Amino acid sequence: MTTIETYDDKVVRLFLFASAVWGIIGMLVGMYLAAELAWPFWNLDIPFLTFSKLRPDHTFGVIFAFGGSALMGTCYYVVQRTGHTRLAWGRLAEFTFWGWQLICVLAMVTMPLGMTQSKEYAEPEWWIDIFIAVVWVSFGAVFFATLARRRIRHIYVANWYYGAFIIAVGLLHIVNNIAIPVSMTKSYPVYSGAVDAMVQWWYGHNAVAFFLTAGFLGMMYYFVPRQAQQPLWSYRFSIVNFWALISIYMWAGSHHLMYTALPDWVQSVGMAFSLVLLMPSWGSAANGLFTFNGSWHRLKDDPAAKFMVMSLVFYAASTFEGSMMAVKTVNSLSHYTDWTIAHVHSGSLGWVAMITIGSLYAMAPRALGRPAMYSRKGMELHFWLHLIGTLFYVIAMWAAGVTEGLMWRATNPDGALTYSFLDSLIAIKPLYMFRWFGGVLIWLGMWVMAWNLWYTAADARKPIISPIPVPIPEPEPKQTPAPLPAQG
Amino acid sequence: MAYRHFEFIEKHVWTLGILTAIMVSIGGLAEITPLFIEANKVQPAEGVKPYDPLRLAGRDVYVREGCYLCHSQMIRALRFETERYGHYSTASESVYDRPFQWGSKRTGPDLARVGGKYSDLWQRLHLMNPRQVVPQSNMPGYPWLSLALIDGKDIQKRMEVLRFLGDPYTDADIKAAPKAVAGKTEMDALVAYLQGLGIDNEPQKPAAAPAAPASDGGAP
Repeated sequence: MTTIETYDDKVVRLFLFASAVWGIIGMLVGMYLAAELAWPFWNLDIPFLTFSKLRPDHTFGVIFAFGGSALMGTCYYVVQRTGHTRLAWGRLAEFTFWGWQLICVLAMVTMPLGMTQSKEYAEPEWWIDIFIAVVWVSFGAVFFATLARRRIRHIYVANWYYGAFIIAVGLLHIVNNIAIPVSMTKSYPVYSGAVDAMVQWWYGHNAVAFFLTAGFLGMMYYFVPRQAQQPLWSYRFSIVNFWALISIYMWAGSHHLMYTALPDWVQSVGMAFSLVLLMPSWGSAANGLFTFNGSWHRLKDDPAAKFMVMSLVFYAASTFEGSMMAVKTVNSLSHYTDWTIAHVHSGSLGWVAMITIGSLYAMAPRALGRPAMYSRKGMELHFWLHLIGTLFYVIAMWAAGVTEGLMWRATNPDGALTYSFLDSLIAIKPLYMFRWFGGVLIWLGMWVMAWNLWYTAADARKPIISPIPVPIPEPEPKQTPAPLPAQG
Repeated sequence: MAYRHFEFIEKHVWTLGILTAIMVSIGGLAEITPLFIEANKVQPAEGVKPYDPLRLAGRDVYVREGCYLCHSQMIRALRFETERYGHYSTASESVYDRPFQWGSKRTGPDLARVGGKYSDLWQRLHLMNPRQVVPQSNMPGYPWLSLALIDGKDIQKRMEVLRFLGDPYTDADIKAAPKAVAGKTEMDALVAYLQGLGIDNEPQKPAAAPAAPASDGGAP
């Protein structure tokens, strides 16, 4: 037997490009929605372009289409590299690609037409949900089957996070979407009222935890050491953070329902766990940042590394912010305001998008058989467009959120409310315009990335390299972490 | 835990997978199971009945149009909230809400007790083009609602599914549904739904106290 086994990167490349395309689409929708809030004229009285019907397309488009494609692509890439083995069940892997793309298209077409369950981040109707479950189980099967045939005994920590991401998202998706259909366009959930609220925010919060955090931490744990060209700062620390993160996150969902009709004890438990959650969050961020110790000079000329470092800074900042917002006193001010929007976007544009873009820039040349990305200047430009756009966005929304929170609670000496609701809307309108401008910068940056990827893929497009022969290196015979020091 | 136990997990994918599944399940089970048990005890508040056919149709329009993305229906137990919107919301008020519509963002004001605060005509004009009545509003218009009729057969099917899920509709209720919505537009239904919000079931109405100030600029 002398055949050289190669990595199966075809499906990785497909996901890579799907992710770039969905990024542009999802952020275009976001930009349009931001314009509608600033200038309501843009609703144009067209049902499917109206803010309230189009908004799920933005969240689904960036979380599940852009983020999901990037996660599945990098997951297939990482599990092969860290296991020194080819993907198991290549055909099924390809099915997960086409299945996922079909789901994204179906969801993004049906939601603006009004086929919605109205559960945030779980809007698609029941028959799309069933299809999502099928593709998700297939994705899990490919991933775990590939892990099972790995040639290195230790399972690298990135795979732990990817595994938790797959298991938890499957569980959340199924439990939250149990519904009885009325027709193809309508269903009623089996839960009602307060229980429905709790189930939805258990899902909603943990979609953030496992889709937008655990999955992207898997990405971080592989690509950050690669790009820093250093071993992970502490492997053991990453494992401790893993168990803490996955078990604590699940308790924190009720912080989305502070001071509501949910029983008080659930709110308090959610707040307590949200505060504890800061530890594993900062633990992961610190682990990633310290990995750059000794290679900080790389930031000077490697934009991918810049994206990664900045993403970890944003991760630390937004997890701190999140824990603080879960304190009931702070939440009474921040809830229902644009502060929530600021928090979500510092997490998603700062952490999720930046680690994704950094990882794509690190992975694309390797998966496309090129020494480097086509244009380093393009990457540099993208970094600055994205960073400045994100700052514009987040600072505008912070200012708007605090303004709303303070105006809503302001009372005159006699106890009457100082402002009408409309006063707060008028006060923050200019900030909605700033936010739109930030979005435009970010969107332009995505075009720079797409252009750069397109030319990096020049060889792959002319099928010169198909399949890319990356011979799988023999695993090193013994790979065990250094033993614990004798004294703590 | 000695490191060798840990090493076992690091080398066995099924152990890792199963332990992960257990760890992620604990939090949800601990918080949701008691709610399920309590949910059986939560009785609908006095005056809270399953939605009548027209209001049910209106509620489904509210869900379909995505109103919950900018309007909450959950008055928090905070003084400045009750001052603005009325008595804080209770769990017993939303027992028939499938899905719940508490919302997460207020680009517009809370609607939990908007019923009766404005006239039907105001609601209609506002939904057609909000800037007719509130010039600085950034809410979209929904003029197409006044062009679409409610389908009585469809409402019957919806009520049957809701009955299957436990809402106490009688055979007579379902039979009478097509008549109740005959000739009504989606606009009529949505206005009926909005005008019923929180109106009958505000607990302990403060006697003789003035209603919460109209907070969004429009005259009632």
